[in-house]
Amino acid sequence: MRLEPIEAPGVARRVLPPALAIVATFVVAAVLAMIAGGDPLRVFGEIVKGAVGSKFALLETLNRATPLIFTGLAVAVAFRAKLWNIGAEAQLYAGAVVTVVLGTGALTLPAPVLLPLIGVAAALAGALVLLVPAILKTRFGVDEVVTTLLFNFIFLLFVSYLLEGPLKDPMGMGWPKSPRLIDEARLPRIVEGLRLHWGFALALIAAVAVWVIQTRTTLGFEMRAVGQNAEAARFAGMPVMSVILKTALLSGGLAALAGFSEVSGLKGSLTLDLSPGYGYTGIVVAMLALLHPLGVVVAALFVAAIFVGADSMSRAVGVPTYLADIMLATALLLMVLAILLTKFRVRRD
Amino acid sequence: MEFLDILLSASFWAAAIRIASPLIFATLGELICERAGVLNLGIEGIMVAGAFAGWIAVWAGLPLWGGVAVAFATGMALGFVHSVLSVPFGLSQHVVGVGLTLLATALTFYTYRVVLPEVSSPPKIQAFTAVEIPVLSKIPLIGPALFNQTPLTYAAFIMVAVVAFVLYRTPLGLAVRAVGENPGAVAAQGLSVTGIRMGAVIVGSGFMAVGGSFLTLSAFDSFFFDMVNGRGWICIALVVFGAWKPGKALLGAILFAAFDAFQIRLQQTSVGAFLPYQVFLMMPYILSILALVAMSRRAEVPAALMVPFNKGER
Repeated sequence: MRLEPIEAPGVARRVLPPALAIVATFVVAAVLAMIAGGDPLRVFGEIVKGAVGSKFALLETLNRATPLIFTGLAVAVAFRAKLWNIGAEAQLYAGAVVTVVLGTGALTLPAPVLLPLIGVAAALAGALVLLVPAILKTRFGVDEVVTTLLFNFIFLLFVSYLLEGPLKDPMGMGWPKSPRLIDEARLPRIVEGLRLHWGFALALIAAVAVWVIQTRTTLGFEMRAVGQNAEAARFAGMPVMSVILKTALLSGGLAALAGFSEVSGLKGSLTLDLSPGYGYTGIVVAMLALLHPLGVVVAALFVAAIFVGADSMSRAVGVPTYLADIMLATALLLMVLAILLTKFRVRRD
Repeated sequence: MEFLDILLSASFWAAAIRIASPLIFATLGELICERAGVLNLGIEGIMVAGAFAGWIAVWAGLPLWGGVAVAFATGMALGFVHSVLSVPFGLSQHVVGVGLTLLATALTFYTYRVVLPEVSSPPKIQAFTAVEIPVLSKIPLIGPALFNQTPLTYAAFIMVAVVAFVLYRTPLGLAVRAVGENPGAVAAQGLSVTGIRMGAVIVGSGFMAVGGSFLTLSAFDSFFFDMVNGRGWICIALVVFGAWKPGKALLGAILFAAFDAFQIRLQQTSVGAFLPYQVFLMMPYILSILALVAMSRRAEVPAALMVPFNKGER
C-alpha cells in the first residue's frame, strides 16, 4: 500500500475518520467491559452519570480537568515545535515543590502578592527542569524523549527524598508528606461553598494566552516553523536553537503550573501521589486536541470526565477503572491515524 | 577497603549478571527495531505486558518455557500494532510508541484486575532456579557469576550471539540493516521495505516482552504493578550506548547492571549511611543520561532511523 495526498479534502473526508476513531474506541471499551462481566451500556451510562450526573460530579470533573489543561498545554506547545517533552510529570512536581517551599510560611505576604509570586516561581522551576533536556538536545543532539522520561524517575525520587527529609511535615505521623500551606498561599474557591478553585480559571486563561502566543506573536510563528521544518526555518534565518529553548521554557512552565494549582488550589500539601500520571495523560489530551490550545480545554474536560466517571462506574459495576486508561490510549493511537487519513488516501500498489 | 571487597565478591558479579539479563533481552529487541529504522518507545509497556503475560500463563498451569513463549507472543502482538501504525502509515514514532506504552500498561493492569479481582497480594509461581554448569562454575569469581544462573539468563547470552549472527552473517540481517540505512536501495532490489521493517518491529517487541518476563519468571516469582520501573527507557539508552551493535550492547548492559548492583551494596556501607537512599536509586537513570550524552558525539545512528518510507516519494 502507499499513501496519496488529497489535494482538497471534502467535509466527509475531514470528519469521518476522527468520528470513526471515537466509535472504534467505544467498541473496544465495550468488548473489554463485557469480558470483565459488565453490561457495556450500563458501564457507559455509569461513566456519564459519574462524570456529569450531579453538581458534585461535575465539579469533580472540572477539578480533575484543571491539571490536565496545564499538562496538555505543556505538551501541545512543545510538540508543535517538535520538542518531544514527555517529562511534564517531573515539571509538575517541580512546580509543586516550589509551591510548598514558598507557601508553608517561608514568605508571609498578603495573598494577592504571595500567590502570583509562588505561581511565577513554580513556573520558573518547571521551565528550568525542561531546560536541561532541551540543552542536551540542542547542544549534544541527545534525544529528549528518553532524557525527559528518565528525568521523571529522577525527579520523583528527589521529591521522595524531600518529603522524607527537608520538606517532611513534623506533624505528619511519619508519613512522607509536606506541611500544609498557609492560608495566604491557597488559591481560593471561585464561588464560596462550591468545590472549584481558581486554578481552573487560571488554566483557562493559560489556554487563551498560549493561543494568543501561537497565533499573534513572532515566537508562535517561529515555533510552528521550527516544528514543520527545522532545516527550512534555519535557512530562513530563524534562531532554531533559541526557539527550541524558549519553547522548552514555556512548556515546562505550563506543566509546573499544574503542580502549583494542585497543591495550592486542591490538596494544600504535597505527597508522592499528587499526580496519578497527569504528565503522561497530558500527551493524550494534547493529541486529542490536535495540539490546539483551545482544543486542549475541551479534550482535558473529556479525559477528566472519563477518569472521574470510570471511578464511580467501577464502584457501581465492578469493571476495573483501568478501562478509562485503555480508552484514552486507544483513542490516542486511533486519532493520530484518523488525522493522517483526513489528509491522505490509502492506495493499493 | 569496602569498595574492593564488593568488586571482588562472586555474589556481586552474579547479581550484576542477573540484573543485566532482562536488559539484555529488551535492549536486543530495541536494537533490532532501530536497526530497521524504527524507534520503538512502546518498549516500557511491552515489558510490563510481557512480565504479566509470562507470569499469568505459568500461574494458569503452563510450564516456565511456555510462559516465556506466551510473553514472546504477547510482545509480537503489541509489536504488530506498533508496526502497522509506524511503518505503512508512517505515523510519528514518538507518539505511537508512547501511546503503545500507555495502552499496553493499561491493558495489563486491566487484565490483572479482571483475572484476579479478589487478591490483595499477587500469587507466587515456581520461578526458574539456578542451573549450575559443571566444571565452568568452579572457575573463581567468573564461575559462580556466569555459570550458576537461571536458564533464562543463559538464553539471554545465547540470543546476543544469535542476533549478532543473523544481523551480520545472513541475507535477512543484511536486509534489516539496509532498511535502516538506505530503504530506497532495498526497494530498488525488489524487496519490501514495509515487510522487513514490520517484521523487525514485531520480533524486536517479542524480545522486549521476554525481557519483561525475566522479572516475573526468574528474578522474582510474582507480578507487581511498578516492577518494570523505567527499565525500558534505560534499554533505549543502552542501545545508543552500545552503538547499535549487539556485542557492545551486551557489555553496556553488564556494565550498567554492575553499577546497579554496586549501588545496592554501597547503600549498606558507611557511604550509604549518610547519603539518602534515593540518591542511589537515582543513579541508574542519571547514568543512562550521562551515557547518552557521552555517546552523542560519535553517533553511528542508522541513517534512516525515524524516517518513514513511502515508495514513489521522497
